[in-house]
Amino acid sequence: MTRLQMTRRSLIVTGAGTVATGISGLITPARAKGVEATLSMRGGSNNYRPNAPIVDRIGGGGFWMTGTVRHAGDGAPLAGQRIQIWAHTTEGHERDPQSHGATLTDANGEFRLEMPQIVPAFGQPHGHLAYDSGEFETVFLRPIMANAKDKTLSAHFVLQPA
Amino acid sequence: MSLTRMILIWVALTCAVAVPVLAAAASPYLAWRDPIYILAGFAGIVGMGLLLVQPLLAGGYLPGLSTARSRYLHRCVGAALVAAVVIHVLGLWITSPPDVVDALLFVSPTPFSAWGVIAMWAMFAAALLALLRRRLRVRFRPWRLGHATLALVTVVGSVVHVMLIEGTMEIMSKTALCILVLLASAKTLADMRVWAIQPGRGS
Repeated sequence: MTRLQMTRRSLIVTGAGTVATGISGLITPARAKGVEATLSMRGGSNNYRPNAPIVDRIGGGGFWMTGTVRHAGDGAPLAGQRIQIWAHTTEGHERDPQSHGATLTDANGEFRLEMPQIVPAFGQPHGHLAYDSGEFETVFLRPIMANAKDKTLSAHFVLQPA
Repeated sequence: MSLTRMILIWVALTCAVAVPVLAAAASPYLAWRDPIYILAGFAGIVGMGLLLVQPLLAGGYLPGLSTARSRYLHRCVGAALVAAVVIHVLGLWITSPPDVVDALLFVSPTPFSAWGVIAMWAMFAAALLALLRRRLRVRFRPWRLGHATLALVTVVGSVVHVMLIEGTMEIMSKTALCILVLLASAKTLADMRVWAIQPGRGS
C-alpha cells in the first residue's frame, strides 16, 4: 500500500515546481509572436512628396536622422531599403522640395542621413520618414524630438510584405 | 479712482498684451519661417491678448470707461478676436494644409490641435450668440449664461492649446499671459454670478 507522504522537503520541491511552471506558462515566449510591424503614425504623411531623390545629404547638413529597417516576424535587418526623409528645418518648410531627400539602408538594416537642423513647426520639433517602395506595406513615421536643440533624431521601421 | 491708479492699470494691461508679442518677435525661429506662417502665429498671440481684454471689458473693470463704452468695446474686441482666429487658421492652412485638415477633423498627432479647434468653435458660437441676442428673444440671464459658458470653453481651450505649443511664444511671457487670462475670466464670471439665472436672487 502506497502512502502519500508529504515531508517538508517534498512540499517545498513540489510547491516551487508548481510555481515555476505557472510563471513560465504566463510569460509569452518571444518566438511565438515575433517582431510586430510598425504602424504609420498620425500625420506622418503630411507634406509627403513621393520619390524624393537619394542624396548624400539634405542641404547643408549638421543634423542626423538615423534608424533601422527590419522584417516583421523574425526581425531580420533589411538592406538596401529606401527611406524618405523630410522636415521643417533651418533651410526650408516641410512642403519645400529642398527639404526632402532619401537614403538606403546598409547591410545591417541601418540608415543615416545628414540634413539641416530641424526646428519646431506646427507646435513640435518633429521629422517625417516614409517607407513607400511597394515591396512592403507603406509606413509613415513622425518622430518628435525630446529637445528642440537635439542634433539627432531616430526612427525605426518594422515592415511586413505588401 | 485716482488718476495714478487709472494710468497704472492701463499701463499694466498694455504690458500684459504687448510683452508676449514682443518676446515672440525676438524668437530665433522666425528666421526660418515664411511671412504667412509668422503672420498666423502672431494672429494667435494677439488673439490671446484680446482674450485677456474681453473679460475685463465684460466685467467693467477697466477704469475710465462707462458701462456703455465697455460693452461697445467688448463687441469690438470680440469682432477682432474672431478676425484674429480666422487669420490664424487661414495662415496655418496656407503653410501646411494637411496639418490644418488633421486638426479640424480631430485626427491630428498634436494634442494641442484639438484644444485649439474646440476653443475656435466655442468662440464662434459665443460670437454668434452675441449677434443673435435680440433675435433669439431669450431672457438676458439665460442668454448671458450661454455666452459665458462658451467664453469659458474658449478660454480654457485656448490656454491649454497655447501652453502645449512649442516654438511660437516665449515660455515665461506665455505662462504669465495665460494665468492672467484665467484669473480675469474667473473673476468676471464669479463677480457677475453668471450661474444665477433667476433675476432678483443673489444680485
